[in-house]
Amino acid sequence: MEATDLTKRYGSIMAVDHISFRVEHGEFFGFLGPNGAGKTTTIRMLTGVIKPDFGTAHIMGYDIRKESLRAKQVLGILPEMANAYVDLTAWQNLMFQSELYGVSKKAREKRAVELLRKLGLYDRKDQAVKGFSKGMKQRLLLCMALVNDPRILVLDEPTTGLDVQSARLIREMLQHLARTGVTIFLTTHNMEEASQLCDRVAIINNGRIAAVDRPEKLRAATKELESIEIAFDRPIEIGSLSGLSNVIDAKKMGDKIRLYTTDPDDLIHQIVGYAKARELKIVALNVLAPSLEDIFIKLTEGK
Amino acid sequence: MTVTWDLSNVRISDQLKRAFAICKKNIRVYYIKGPVIVFGILIPLFLFGAFLIGREIPPKFLVSSLMSMSVFFTATAVAPAIMPWEGQAKTLERLVSSPVSIATIVLGDIFASFLFGVLLSLVPFALGLAIGVTVIDPATLLTGVLLASFCFSSLAAALSTWPTNIPSNVMMLMTFVKFPLLFISGIFVPIEKMPDWSRPVASLSPLTYFVDLARYSIEGINHYPISLSMVALTAFSLLFFTLAVKLHEKNMPKRL
Repeated sequence: MEATDLTKRYGSIMAVDHISFRVEHGEFFGFLGPNGAGKTTTIRMLTGVIKPDFGTAHIMGYDIRKESLRAKQVLGILPEMANAYVDLTAWQNLMFQSELYGVSKKAREKRAVELLRKLGLYDRKDQAVKGFSKGMKQRLLLCMALVNDPRILVLDEPTTGLDVQSARLIREMLQHLARTGVTIFLTTHNMEEASQLCDRVAIINNGRIAAVDRPEKLRAATKELESIEIAFDRPIEIGSLSGLSNVIDAKKMGDKIRLYTTDPDDLIHQIVGYAKARELKIVALNVLAPSLEDIFIKLTEGK
Repeated sequence: MTVTWDLSNVRISDQLKRAFAICKKNIRVYYIKGPVIVFGILIPLFLFGAFLIGREIPPKFLVSSLMSMSVFFTATAVAPAIMPWEGQAKTLERLVSSPVSIATIVLGDIFASFLFGVLLSLVPFALGLAIGVTVIDPATLLTGVLLASFCFSSLAAALSTWPTNIPSNVMMLMTFVKFPLLFISGIFVPIEKMPDWSRPVASLSPLTYFVDLARYSIEGINHYPISLSMVALTAFSLLFFTLAVKLHEKNMPKRL
């Protein structure tokens, strides 16, 4: 999957501004960005739902502008605001979706049973979707995205607002699919989810790509976001730590304090000295690499 | 800004099968419901009932008019609201991200509407047979029903392109189009009895040609040559279908 110079403007607003990236075969690719950053517009252009004003995308070699039907044929899609037909049963929804992809009757029935079982909906297959919870609907939508056995799966916020069980089932399913070689393009707000699942992530802000790399490399590239989390045996005034050198920022996190630094080793020595001088007992001390969330905020704030 | 429908690189037979799948879904979701019965049978009956009161109307005129109204109302009853419903129910993005062209989606909507138009035209037809009305030219009547049902369904599909996800807005637009057509198409007053000035206006309505075909098939009276009526219905169908596809391509992103 390759996006080249994708651009989309809505009136005076540049929703997506000449973005380019490439997702390799079998890769789990995360697409992160704040609300209104251009994630959904990008997905809609990648999946042929809207035409870019400029640039194009290739899906398994098919140009989405010139051969959109062929490109869509190899894609499995779970749009952000999608819904199943609530008056139809789960089974009818799946059969309809399969027919849109030209899946033969025998193959679609076999595949539907398999998917409904995997996502815990088989017992409810003959029930109208209007009786489903949000989590069940989302699981059904994932089944619908997979009926054509896609080589590339595009998911827009698939776990947002779901119950823990449904979100977990969906994540496990995605991990299983990634292991079987399906290329996955995922947008999410959940940094922990992106960190756990994705081989690489792109961060988009104001319609532009702010960074594309492996989560670990992004962490390594943002040394100033390394932090030390400490807890003492009694509460202290956070301002009293500002005298320590090499502290970029200090935040209270529950009963702990997180100190951002470029030199964790030096800061640990200072903290030990600080604790001794005040007769404080250190009950916990952890050196933390920057989280994807830290990187995300750093790359998107103030731009 | 548009959704592509590049049939050039995909087999048309595949797209037709998918259009039938959309038709089947539409029937299940939108058609097996009260409004079709109401718009397809009851409204024509009420309208004609109101017209009948105090007048001596020959049964053959009654049946041909009722059939015309029934096909017209049924074929245009639901199709205009399908896209707004899909947009509102958030099922549309799923549909347009599937490997189906806009032409396929429109065709699926038209097929469902067409089938119901044809099916419900049997009700006034059966009523006619029950009161002893005979059909002079069944082949012309059948061809007329098929062409007209497709034509009116295409008209409904073209009107559904109004970029709104509020079904009542489209239905209101449809009413503004439907009722004037009804009154200028020779249903209540045969074309030959219409004032001179109104005949050219009547010729602009696709319904006029079906009314003329129905009248010929049942009463043996026609104003236009039979072949002209059939060509006119076919031409209107092509026009409405093309309009529907082009306008949906343009307006679809506004619904998402």
